[in-house]
Amino acid sequence: MRDIAIVSFVQSDCVRDAGARNEVELIMPVVRKVLDNVGLESAQNVDFTCSGSCDYLQGAAFAFVLGVDALGAVPPIKESHVEMDAAWALYEAVLKIQSGQAESALLYGFGKSSPGELPIVLSQQLDPYYLAPLWLDTVSSAALQARAMLDSGEITEREMAEVVARSRKNAKSNPHAQLKGDVSADELLNEPTYLSPLRKHDCCPVSDGACAMVIATVEQAKKWGKPYAVLKGIDHRIESAHFGARDLTKSPSTEAAAKAAGVANGPIDIAEIYAPFSHQEIILKKALGLGDDTVINPSGGVLAGNLMMASGLSRIGEVAMRIINGECKRGVAHATSGHALQQNLVAVLEGA
Amino acid sequence: MSDANKEALEPITGIESPVYLDYNFTAGQATARFLTKVKEGKLVGQRCPSCRNVYIPPRGACAACGVATNEEVELPHKATVQSFTIVYIPIPGNPIKPPYVIANLVVDGANISFLHLLSECKNEDVRIGMRVEAKWKDPSEWGFAMENIQYFAPIDEPDVPAEEIGRLKDA
Repeated sequence: MRDIAIVSFVQSDCVRDAGARNEVELIMPVVRKVLDNVGLESAQNVDFTCSGSCDYLQGAAFAFVLGVDALGAVPPIKESHVEMDAAWALYEAVLKIQSGQAESALLYGFGKSSPGELPIVLSQQLDPYYLAPLWLDTVSSAALQARAMLDSGEITEREMAEVVARSRKNAKSNPHAQLKGDVSADELLNEPTYLSPLRKHDCCPVSDGACAMVIATVEQAKKWGKPYAVLKGIDHRIESAHFGARDLTKSPSTEAAAKAAGVANGPIDIAEIYAPFSHQEIILKKALGLGDDTVINPSGGVLAGNLMMASGLSRIGEVAMRIINGECKRGVAHATSGHALQQNLVAVLEGA
Repeated sequence: MSDANKEALEPITGIESPVYLDYNFTAGQATARFLTKVKEGKLVGQRCPSCRNVYIPPRGACAACGVATNEEVELPHKATVQSFTIVYIPIPGNPIKPPYVIANLVVDGANISFLHLLSECKNEDVRIGMRVEAKWKDPSEWGFAMENIQYFAPIDEPDVPAEEIGRLKDA
């Protein structure tokens, strides 16, 4: 295993509606900035480019192809795409580098969710025979999970509210956050339920935006002369698409990925967890084996702003930048995909 | 085998699972500026600040350089045929009766082509390098669409050599 360096990361603001901007206009500013940070002119200067997005979000066929206009891909570049969160684009790039086919890579993820009704759009992630025809939306499936958690005594509604209060508070120092501020668990518990047992604040907001990252072998990063964080481990696992076949109160795929990524090989200072619903942070903290000495979601996490198809890569970027800035030494980042934490990716990052 | 089992073995060849998703379409900021001008009967491309190529319809970026194209350039309504095809197959919902000509056209001053109809000529006379001009519909029919131009029609100007079509003059 060659150590891989995360050299640069940029994220846009999370906004409820990016207005007329199309995919190119969302991607270009973050790609420009992430390349400038390394001193690279265009995607021609890296060996591989990979993106994560989903055309269903904005309802524009082949938006992911049109997005390549933002890169400067003439003459043609080596390029790939995952119809997933860009954290999985990072995974593909890691494989590319590990197999010796590339020394450096540009990654980006973008999501324009405002044109559609996001939870309904995401119902089409479900299996097409039994679940998708029921139009089960992502908030409803998360509510099923939260109900199972509360009923089993694993969590309380107050604990869920405390997750939200901490997210809003941490997000105050995150210039890209959409929801931030001081609010107490008591105030949150006074809010009415939205899709029982979830209250609106238990659900991440709908956001538009993009993020981008540059990674390379440690040797290449040293040649560039830029500070970097080291990706020590990365793994992802998936569970059944059928809710009935899963114990929704646990996340065995996260546990397995955390073990394979080596989370327990040292103390974890910070963790950025992709928990679109408050109760999921509690499931994931346990599955990742994190104790109370780990700072969870210092950015506010995705409850403060959720860029579909980019938030997972952003979690990794958030941890990387905090390591590069000297705020911590070792961190874990988590990304999720699908309904009720169906698929999970775990990355472990350390200082150079 | 019981009758019930025989029934269960009937092949299922399909299920109906219609998908309806509603979206508010957004064209993009650059495309929206272009379409606003088309509604006024103008063709406005965008120039790349790096390679100087002019794109129409613009998408807000130079695909070659990966930079934003903010400079707008109003272009004339004359164009050159870069390539064409004669369509013989009726296309459902299309009011135009085949055979008709679809051409890749490069508007004067632009460096990429777009597709449009070619008319007012014999199909067999259409050729690469042929000079044409936009025939606009009545302004009362103009919307945010390239259909504001009904078609392009030949004009009496010398053909452009194929290798010069869409090339930068000073390149």
